[in-house]
Amino acid sequence: MIIKTENLTYTYSSGTPFEKVAVDDVNIEIQEGDFVGVIGHTGSGKSTLIQHFNGLLKPTSGKVYVNGKDIWANKGDVLKVRFEVGLVFQYPEHQLFEETVYKDIAFGPGNMGLTKREIDDRVNEAMAFTGLSEEFKEKSPFDLSGGQKRRVAIAGVIAMRPKVLILDEPTAGLDPKGRDKILNQIKEYHKKTGSTVLLVSHSMEDIARFAKKVLVMNKSKVFDFDTTENIFKRYDKLKAMGLNVPQVTNVFHTLIKNGVDVPDNVYTTDYAKERILELLSKKGGVLND
Amino acid sequence: MIRDITLGQYFPGNSVIHRMDPRMKIILTILFIVMLFVAGNWAGFAVTLVFVLAVVLISKIHIKFLLKSIKPILPLIIFTSVLNLFFVAGTPIFSYGIINITYEGIDIALRMSFRVIILIMGTSILTYTTSPISLTDGIERLMSPLKKIRFPVHEMAMMMTIALRFIPTLIEETDKIMSAQKARGADLESGGIIKRSKALVPVLVPLFISAFRRAEELALAMECRCYQGGEGRTRMKILKFSSVDFLALAVVAITFGVIIAFNILF
Repeated sequence: MIIKTENLTYTYSSGTPFEKVAVDDVNIEIQEGDFVGVIGHTGSGKSTLIQHFNGLLKPTSGKVYVNGKDIWANKGDVLKVRFEVGLVFQYPEHQLFEETVYKDIAFGPGNMGLTKREIDDRVNEAMAFTGLSEEFKEKSPFDLSGGQKRRVAIAGVIAMRPKVLILDEPTAGLDPKGRDKILNQIKEYHKKTGSTVLLVSHSMEDIARFAKKVLVMNKSKVFDFDTTENIFKRYDKLKAMGLNVPQVTNVFHTLIKNGVDVPDNVYTTDYAKERILELLSKKGGVLND
Repeated sequence: MIRDITLGQYFPGNSVIHRMDPRMKIILTILFIVMLFVAGNWAGFAVTLVFVLAVVLISKIHIKFLLKSIKPILPLIIFTSVLNLFFVAGTPIFSYGIINITYEGIDIALRMSFRVIILIMGTSILTYTTSPISLTDGIERLMSPLKKIRFPVHEMAMMMTIALRFIPTLIEETDKIMSAQKARGADLESGGIIKRSKALVPVLVPLFISAFRRAEELALAMECRCYQGGEGRTRMKILKFSSVDFLALAVVAITFGVIIAFNILF
């Protein structure tokens, strides 16, 4: 169990007229090596929740364990937790500040107190993961395109070699090409390093394509936490909450409602294709009779 | 921690004080400041204290926030008090070597601290109960006679509105950038002054870049809506004095009268 929370509650601006409970009594366990998608409406508490995993926010009450250790037990340890749990914020390109791409990516590893050689290794590795070629190293991050800037920012977190990588809407505001590129690189990173990945997204297609498990947040509480298949099976519940499901799931559930005998656990087009072909061959058999 | 700055922050509410005309609130705040400095003895000070507390009660602002607004100027109060305490000549009550504490010194130090604390509390009520937009609206209207001598009143008010409007945005932005850099292991809280100011570079550079970007976007958006300055611009909300405003004026005038009377009596 890499991340575990116990009765985690967080209240913003407590004691003022702006008081708001952003995370309410959350109990979850995330296994090492999982790829977890986090979905929910804007303001459902997703962003607040993930900032607890690396100790950026201190719970108002409750506990957060990373690797079995209560991260707030020793105040000095919180910094170390941030190297173990890397967090990429929304629009991470807004945090770039160095003169060159290389220096910016090296900021995180530099804070870890590593040797120059080690830092160099990590920067090269992170740049390779994010598909940034050698020529970018000496460029100013401010001269790059939006997608490139974002990849530099993600590389800056990957360079710390975190055991858990959390990404808060890493594809917001990118064109489809840039989006696919980044998501595929994240998947690649997950596969190659075996690290745990949490992906916050509004795109159900992306969640369906990459996540093994899905955490659904609603009104500051955990609404559901299960495998992707089971989550999208509960199609009606998600719909009732105003969340969407992948388009294929929509198609299949409409077919079911209309009396067609198709499975209810379809959430990717590849799987859908398989099942349809299977069904057609059966039907085909019937037709041939 | 950065969210804790409350000086000049608006707390929404629906009290009589909240609903008053911002112009009257500004005028009365100025009157209040004058009143505070006219008050010459502790009887007068007591009246100002009662006045402030009464206004706080009516406005339904939590006293905690008013006390919080005093916190940033506490060092200043202590510093001037100490200066007054040691360097005012008069009847000595304690002396040791070059240190000389006089009765007059204590008196002046106490008066000074009291005045500053009441001053901050009283003026904070204005910003606590008036939204920044109506505050600048009030300032613009109050200063409009200056247009005659070609003083750019509208431009100034617009600049203030924009500045005030962006304070929370920039605070939020700073918060976000600080979190992002902390997530990359930046240590912003420990170390000496040089290490700490160096640690601010990763926060300040992105902050300035985003501030410039926002400014450019805002200018463009305003031009798209045909903004050309104050000339011929009409308003949606037209400020109007109501009976509450005149009542408040009367109350302040009477308080002022009492203080002057106390000055003569005691």
